[in-house]
Amino acid sequence: MQATSTIREPLITGGKTVRDVSEDISRQVEGKPTSLWWIAMVVSLVLLFWGFYCLCYQQWNGVGVWGLNKTVGWAWDITNFVWWVGIGHAGTLISAILLLFRQRWRMSINRAAEAMTIFAVICAATFPFVHMGRLWLGFYWVFPLPNTWGSLWANFNSPLLWDVFAISTYFTVSLVFWYMGLIPDFAVIRDRAVRMGHKTRALVYNALSFGWDGAARTWSRYESVALILAGLSTPLVLSVHTIVSMDFATSVIPGWHTTIFPPYFVAGAIFSGFAMVLTLLLITRKMFRLEDYITIYHIELMNIIIIITGSIVGIAYITEFFVAWYGQVPAEYYAFYNRATGPYWWAYWSMMTCNVISPQLFWFKKIRTNLVATFVLSIIVNIGMWFERFVIIVTSLHRDYLPSSWSMFHATIYDVGEYVFTFGFFFAAFLLFAKYFPVINMAEVKSIVKSTSEKKH
Amino acid sequence: MSETKKTYWKGLAQLKNDPNYVKHADKEFVDLAVAEDPGHSRRDFLKMMGFSVAAASLAACEAPIRKAIPYVMKPVDADPGIPNYYASSYVNGGDYCSIVVKVRDGRPIKIEGNSLSSVTLGGTSAQVEASVLSLYDNYRLRGPKKGETSTDWETIDKEITTKLAEIAGKGGAIRIVSNTVLSPSTLATIAKFKEKYPTTEHIQYDQVSAYGILKANEESFGASIIPSYDFSKAKTIVSINADFLGTWISPIEFTKQYAITREVSEDRREMSRHFQFESNLSLTGANADYRTPIRPSQEGLVVVQLYNLIAAKAGKGNLSASIDKVEHLEKAANELWENKGSSLVVSGSNDKAVQVVVNAINELLGNYGVTINRELPVNFRKGNDEAMLAFVNEAKEGKIGGVIFYNCNPVYDHPMGEELGAALKNIALSVSTSYTPDETASASAYMAPDHHYLESWNDFEPKENTFSLSQPAISPIFKTRQAQESFSIWAGGSNEDYFSVVQANWKNWFYDKKDGLDFQAFWDKALYDGVFTAPSEEIKISAFAANLEAAASSISSNYKASSNSDELVIFEGYGVGNGSQANNPLLQELPDPITKAVWDHYVTISQKDAKKWGITNDAEGFTQHLTLTVKNKSITLPALIQPGQAEGTLGVALGYGRTKVGAVAENIGVNVYPLVSLLNGSLNYSASEVKVEKASKEFQLAQTQIHQTYMGRESVIQEATLAEFKENPKAGRDEPKITQWDDHVDASSLSLWKGYDYNNHHWGMAIDLNTCTGCGSCVVACNVENNVAIVGKDEVVRRREMHWLRIDRYYSSPEGTAINDYDGLEKAAENPEVTFQPMLCQHCNNASCETVCPVAATTHSTEGLNQMTYNRCIGTRYCANNCPYKVRRFNWFKYHDNQKFYQSNPAMNTDLGRMVLNPEVTVRSRGVMEKCSFCVQRIQAGKLNAKRERRPVKDGEVVTACQASCTSGAIVFGDMNNPESRISKLLKIDNTKVIKKEDGTEETVFNYSFDKKIGNPRAYRVLEEVGVKPNIFYLTKIRNKDKAKENA
Repeated sequence: MQATSTIREPLITGGKTVRDVSEDISRQVEGKPTSLWWIAMVVSLVLLFWGFYCLCYQQWNGVGVWGLNKTVGWAWDITNFVWWVGIGHAGTLISAILLLFRQRWRMSINRAAEAMTIFAVICAATFPFVHMGRLWLGFYWVFPLPNTWGSLWANFNSPLLWDVFAISTYFTVSLVFWYMGLIPDFAVIRDRAVRMGHKTRALVYNALSFGWDGAARTWSRYESVALILAGLSTPLVLSVHTIVSMDFATSVIPGWHTTIFPPYFVAGAIFSGFAMVLTLLLITRKMFRLEDYITIYHIELMNIIIIITGSIVGIAYITEFFVAWYGQVPAEYYAFYNRATGPYWWAYWSMMTCNVISPQLFWFKKIRTNLVATFVLSIIVNIGMWFERFVIIVTSLHRDYLPSSWSMFHATIYDVGEYVFTFGFFFAAFLLFAKYFPVINMAEVKSIVKSTSEKKH
Repeated sequence: MSETKKTYWKGLAQLKNDPNYVKHADKEFVDLAVAEDPGHSRRDFLKMMGFSVAAASLAACEAPIRKAIPYVMKPVDADPGIPNYYASSYVNGGDYCSIVVKVRDGRPIKIEGNSLSSVTLGGTSAQVEASVLSLYDNYRLRGPKKGETSTDWETIDKEITTKLAEIAGKGGAIRIVSNTVLSPSTLATIAKFKEKYPTTEHIQYDQVSAYGILKANEESFGASIIPSYDFSKAKTIVSINADFLGTWISPIEFTKQYAITREVSEDRREMSRHFQFESNLSLTGANADYRTPIRPSQEGLVVVQLYNLIAAKAGKGNLSASIDKVEHLEKAANELWENKGSSLVVSGSNDKAVQVVVNAINELLGNYGVTINRELPVNFRKGNDEAMLAFVNEAKEGKIGGVIFYNCNPVYDHPMGEELGAALKNIALSVSTSYTPDETASASAYMAPDHHYLESWNDFEPKENTFSLSQPAISPIFKTRQAQESFSIWAGGSNEDYFSVVQANWKNWFYDKKDGLDFQAFWDKALYDGVFTAPSEEIKISAFAANLEAAASSISSNYKASSNSDELVIFEGYGVGNGSQANNPLLQELPDPITKAVWDHYVTISQKDAKKWGITNDAEGFTQHLTLTVKNKSITLPALIQPGQAEGTLGVALGYGRTKVGAVAENIGVNVYPLVSLLNGSLNYSASEVKVEKASKEFQLAQTQIHQTYMGRESVIQEATLAEFKENPKAGRDEPKITQWDDHVDASSLSLWKGYDYNNHHWGMAIDLNTCTGCGSCVVACNVENNVAIVGKDEVVRRREMHWLRIDRYYSSPEGTAINDYDGLEKAAENPEVTFQPMLCQHCNNASCETVCPVAATTHSTEGLNQMTYNRCIGTRYCANNCPYKVRRFNWFKYHDNQKFYQSNPAMNTDLGRMVLNPEVTVRSRGVMEKCSFCVQRIQAGKLNAKRERRPVKDGEVVTACQASCTSGAIVFGDMNNPESRISKLLKIDNTKVIKKEDGTEETVFNYSFDKKIGNPRAYRVLEEVGVKPNIFYLTKIRNKDKAKENA
């Protein structure tokens, strides 16, 4: 396994020893939260509670408190859903595909990325639920549960049902994968707690680590399970967003009815996921002083992935237009004309600017190794990806086949509120994770410390 | 033994003889607590607490008691759950319709046309359909009132009778004021009243008057009548500002006749040609083949010019008024002349002089006796503008002793209403019989409310010797009383019920023993049919004789060929009409057929004027206000840019600005009746010299359609000219092709689906775009039949109206706009061609909504229906998104039992209003999707009926609500698997297919497939290329024009 090229820069800098790793990572868990953490937590909770109020108000009064109408039946709800699901993809990609490809640089970022996946999928899943007119029935009718209604069952033709399976499988596998990786690290914290005489902490982390004993046989099993789960997760990276894209691709609405959607959505998902990982890690890195573990090199590699996926997405946009022109189907042709020049032109051009043009700046090494630039661009990319979904959903629906039904969508405070709710949840959950769970996979990082972090003399 | 005198004291208190002790000395035990009163004891506290807790919890637990009381003695004709139908008559002022009322469990819930009527021929209108909800109007009077206080009938009868006697004794003038009274028995009752009080005069007026026609006919033929018109016999129709399909005289009848001339098929490649000269784009103008915008000030001159053009051909002299070239006028004259004897010229003008010239034109064309029947006059408009004005002036001058307003509201709907309202205070006796406390009733001293028409007996004579009856479909809901009975009681007569009066009158007037029927049988038949035609007597009409020169000189002095001033055109709208039914939310939320606006009052302006005044309407109805000043009266209304509006004219509808009207119509618009002026002795619904100013206020109009053109999409609207159609019956058809690698094939021939059969019924619908006039009565009929929620203006602005059936109205884009010039196509032409397309669930055979529902709440029936299971719906709205026709409607809120919708949706939010709901159709809860069901409850009823009688369902037995309400017969519904059904014949469905048997022979079998072979070359499915295969077919729109896309 020790085939590392000596020419490579070390992945972990600062001449960290194995003990340093345990010390640096566990310190966050054991110490008191910093004031920065508290500020961030309070802000997140404020967002969470205000968003929760909006959510309750919407559930109490009806979906009508949103800005939807007879023509535009989905807008922010499904936009947010697709956006959050997309973000989750980076975590799985990093932990599964990069594991299989033996990309060692993934080791210091996979934990946080996976946590992000879990929280993003939870955020995403709120929208299909709250967008229902009758959540109190829909939340279990969408599952193929045995019932006494005779042949009345879920409709397996519906892409929404496929979503239910795709998302729930994805969530389960991601959760198990993430948690399994945490087990040896929990054991480290437990052991340190025992040494320091913190009884309660030792008890809690012992339970969390399922009594991990660190025996060679345990490690061996651990690694095989990791590999198996990585194998299971790999198709999910491709399948989840493929299925989400089928919500649109299998429909008859011009602008939705497109065979290009599955690969285009997957690329977009990875694109936005990496951007979100960057946003989060740059904050975590700063907050917990993990500069030696998450180095410029990591950031540069992620930026390269952003250029690649961003360019794929850009090509997809152009292909859609080409096909609309080449196909000469009037409704299709108009749908794309309307995207670029209709009343929602601003959304389209925001998307183009943020997703296609701005990532091209990463061709410059100076920019892709600059922390501030990366942080700003990572946020811009996520704004762009939100607009992409908005453009696909709203501008396709608002002017479809019969001009008599063409209309406009205007978001209300409650549309915004429920988006904010998921932000509140996401950041609060991430902050709790960052405080109480080891944010970097100590066990894995230790495996690369020796060979790659020798001090340069 | 000496007695011992020892005394033993109980204590010191006894020794001291303490008064406190003495008081209680007789008690064995001293009550120590006597001196101190502890107030309430602990036990009291516990008792009270126990009581309050019990009382509070009892009060909280109390369930609302809903009584359902079974019949002890079941009325003969009332079977729970089984509807009864009663023939009756809708009458509102002079508006008339013969109807059939559907009554379920004692409640009228639906109105349909009576096909036995020779007047309305089974047609209805939006207002007729909506009137059933007015019965349950929460604003109705609950009983008689004196001023503001409720009282009883005895009290007001006594007071009114005393006052009438007093006035009559002094010889004071008594007036009965009403709109046109169609009822002979009512007139007889009024005549009796007049006998008792000889100073009484009966004055009839109409909100929208036709007094000019009455006067013109008196001058022309010596009879003050309005003749019957027969559009069905006219090959060329010229209308100058007469909206005969919408509001003029007898629109239901005219629509029926007009549709006959507009029906074309492969076998009948002919239709009438219709020229319209008008200022506003009216419903009639929207249906015309050639439409020319003119100013109201040119109207008279256009008529004279038309006369001159025809007179030249007839070899008669010219009249002295003239106008320069009017587009299409010469063409119209030529064609009128070609079709002499089968043409018709009508004018909506209320100016006697203009109508005299129109009469002269029809006389020259020989139309009398063919398309115009003077021998069969109609009674719809008998109002006398001069008499009414004289009355108002008398009232102002205090010359009136007493006035009774019989079901009319002149304080609101007469130009001098405000002055009349003020004058009423000084009149000794003022009574209103209106069933709501409207403006006039509120200004009167007494309110003696009449029944709603659905609660009353009456008879009517809409046309000479053509009678109809109305009968109560429900016993009076409130303590109201038939106005005729009131008249009779006030005239000191017996309080005999009006039913007996009507019956007795009919016995005297119509019962003819020669038929051999006894009177009861005669009466029963008349009541069952609802209509009765009496043998007509010969009516002598003198030949045409009028002073045309005088008319022409009057015209030349009152009209101008050209003018720089802006002109106002006041018209009756299609929803709330003249305002009498303004409190009906069904009509307020009925999209105007042309503007598609609801709940709003606005002024329509032309595109050119909009630029001039700096008015912009964005796609979402944001607009600015305009202030119009006519002879120092000003009104301020939002402006709506109306393609087709004549330049320099502004259109404003009547019927808004009601002040005493009820929650629904409060604060909507302004009253424009005061702007109506007088011309040649009759009311003139236009004004010149209008000062127009832009007001700063912004406004958002609520429109159900905000995109006005069909963007050149030929798979949506397929149209051709008659000339093209004559050549090729497939003219205008767009048959989308799909390119395969080697071939072009029909889009409909490719499918991912295997296809399937309907082995029993296969319901389908055909809609003829040529006969559909766009009137909207189907929309209201659908709302009433299917309990469709009315959502109010705010929700319509959010584009959330719930209508299951809508009428898409498309304007043509400017001539010569390229098909890929999308920005150009978005704009409507200055004077556009108009197409109406009723759009409802298309009941697709490969429905895109059905596959996407995650819980299978929308599924396909074995009879071709796309059905919606409300109970199962969880409201993901995916089906609505994936519907190419956007006909699905989502319950964004709870529209029933929700105070937020109290104002707009009384039918679901008031106890009274709820009575109108159709018990056969679920009221949908919030969060579920709904849509047209093809009136599945009616299909089910028809099938059950047939099953009970052990026979197949007959064609015509199942009629959808929209079809039933469609006066022009544009909607045909039926079983496409029945080769004898009307729809099979109309669509020319080939019900056979050839199958190859195993032995190689071929056999022809019945084709049950969902994909029928349609033989009618005009029939097309909207959006054929999507491949969803609807069960609704549209027949191409054919315009009788010489060349395509010619400016209308």
